[in-house]
Amino acid sequence: MTDERQESRPPVRTTGRWVAIGVIVAAVAAVFGYVGGWLAPERLTPKRIVDELQSTGGEHPGFRRNHAKGICVTGRFESNGALAAFSTARLFAPGNTPFVGRLAIPGGNPYAPDGSIPIRSFALRFDLADGEQWRTGMNAMPVFPVTTPKAFYDLTVATHPDPATGKPDPEKAKAFFGAHPETGPFLAWIKSAKPSASYATETYRSINAFYLRDAGGQRRAVRWQVVPEQGPEGDGGAAAGDADFLAADLMKRLGQGPLRWHLQMIFADPGDPVDDATKVWPDGRKLVDAGTVVVDAAEAQAAGPCRDVNYDPMILPRGIEPSDDPLLPARSSTYADSFLRRTSEEAHVPGTAHPKEARP
Amino acid sequence: MSRPETFHWFARLLHWLMAAMIVSMLFIGAGMVTSVESKHTWLLAIHKPLGISIFVLALIRLGFRLTHPAPPLPDDMPLWQKLAAHASHWLFYVLMIGLPLVGWGMLSAGNFPVTLGGGLRLPPILPFDPLLYAWLREAHRYLAWLFFLTYLAHMGAALMHGLIRRDGVLQAMTGRRAQ
Ligand code: HEM
Ligand code: HEM
Ligand code: HEM
Repeated sequence: MTDERQESRPPVRTTGRWVAIGVIVAAVAAVFGYVGGWLAPERLTPKRIVDELQSTGGEHPGFRRNHAKGICVTGRFESNGALAAFSTARLFAPGNTPFVGRLAIPGGNPYAPDGSIPIRSFALRFDLADGEQWRTGMNAMPVFPVTTPKAFYDLTVATHPDPATGKPDPEKAKAFFGAHPETGPFLAWIKSAKPSASYATETYRSINAFYLRDAGGQRRAVRWQVVPEQGPEGDGGAAAGDADFLAADLMKRLGQGPLRWHLQMIFADPGDPVDDATKVWPDGRKLVDAGTVVVDAAEAQAAGPCRDVNYDPMILPRGIEPSDDPLLPARSSTYADSFLRRTSEEAHVPGTAHPKEARP
Repeated sequence: MSRPETFHWFARLLHWLMAAMIVSMLFIGAGMVTSVESKHTWLLAIHKPLGISIFVLALIRLGFRLTHPAPPLPDDMPLWQKLAAHASHWLFYVLMIGLPLVGWGMLSAGNFPVTLGGGLRLPPILPFDPLLYAWLREAHRYLAWLFFLTYLAHMGAALMHGLIRRDGVLQAMTGRRAQ
């Protein structure tokens, strides 16, 4: 064997072979660099989107990069069984499923006044008896402004506060909306939207579409909403000058008893768009009331059970499946990026900013 | 000769099968975390079951390797190269077993369900601990990069043996006898 090897010793000219090896190794490294984004700086990555959200909201280590201000809630979903025929997910069988939820307002600033924006959000993580989870983040608005993650990024850039004035440049915003007619329904809604005085009186919507799959394997496109039982009466409106009225209102209401919402599934008719969050589905769609979301306690997010939850809308139990809405994978990957940033900051991973502020 | 001069066919089969799986995994991982498109979804759906398969095969491979010694490296290889070869092989074993474990562990610590598709779900191997999640998630990334660099060096060395030294080392793994 040794002799054979001696005989097959390389000829003198090995330069070409060395070059070939170098080229192979460098080519593999370059492809990796491209796939991993280092050699493709123009690609829209989760990091770029979250960087942009962060620079709009300000540096607030430990907080979510969007919907930074919020409050944890806990309770249970009381299923009436009406949806069990349409989805095999365990929580739709009659019975109760506990959840950890979060009520919040959009934006990356955890100290933003509650009245500064007319949108509220409700996120839920249902912990199913069989160990599965369903996570959903819903906004109290009828539609999303844009259809794609790229447009979302461009929207954030176009409405980024100008460092000089502290306000978005109206010209840039106008140019964006002019180039994006799909924002029309959202703009029409937001023109008349008023910041609500309470989290409890809002209807929160999945906005993105999903599919329910039944025991027979049939799949149906749906959007869902949670509709409040409690009306706006008695909330007394927001105290002028109070920046944190939403949390105060919530605690006051919970002092008097649990808050309830109905979880309703809205079924698409053939032809309804299932991959476009800027389009409402016309009224009169088949609607199934699946049961009641009962909130019986709230807790500040600083040490609450929702703090270290990533409400990734792609974490679904069997029986619920994602649609082709292009916002969904973008939400999944950016929420993961935001979640890693804030948990790394809590863990004091080197290179991250330490959470220094008291969390409201 | 008492020692086999090529690797056992089973070792070779596992080597090339797993090399393909692992290289794919490195690219899938790097690609999915830098994408906001639908490929993020389907790459992640491949990543988890493929990663767990690598873990299972790595355990089998380790057991086989411990009971079936590798053929010796050529006598005329400098000592530092022999040491580097052996060290990198054992580093590969650490990574082939450790990286999937870190992946599984980080999802467990983050309280994410470890779904493998088709309704298959693994139990958590760590209790919920968001700080541990952060450390493991960062470790998953840096260990993957270490894996990639080791793979580049390993491939470069293998090609050097095959094309420059032509000493039978590459053939020991391809299975063709040295000419
Ligand atoms: C491409 C579009 C979107 C991007 C880039 C985006 C980005 C983000 C980010 C980075 C967070 C913080 C996540 C965390 O740290 O846990 C967040 C939270 C949230 N987003 Fe989005 N989002 C998008 C679309 C939507 C849509 C369509 C909805 C509506 C239904 C929505 C509802 C929410 C809610 C409710 C939260 C707060 C969850 C919580 O309370 O923890 N987002 N978003
Ligand atoms: C040999 C096996 C594996 C390799 C080579 C590998 C490689 C990678 C790489 C390169 C990344 C991107 C890291 C970054 O740049 O941040 C990644 C991310 C990830 N890996 Fe793995 N991985 C392996 C096994 C696993 C396993 C077994 C699991 C889980 C069961 C897993 C779960 C994940 C998840 C969830 C992410 C991304 C999470 C996020 O978006 O934050 N990996 N992996
Ligand atoms: C990520 C991919 C790879 C991994 C994890 C890997 C791992 C290993 C390991 C652990 C060994 C030691 C033998 C054993 O226990 O099985 C080995 C040997 C070997 N590998 Fe790889 N390998 C990879 C890719 C490659 C590639 C691409 C080539 C060739 C171009 C290659 C060529 C060789 C050769 C020639 C040996 C024999 C070395 C000796 O005789 O000691 N490997 N590999």
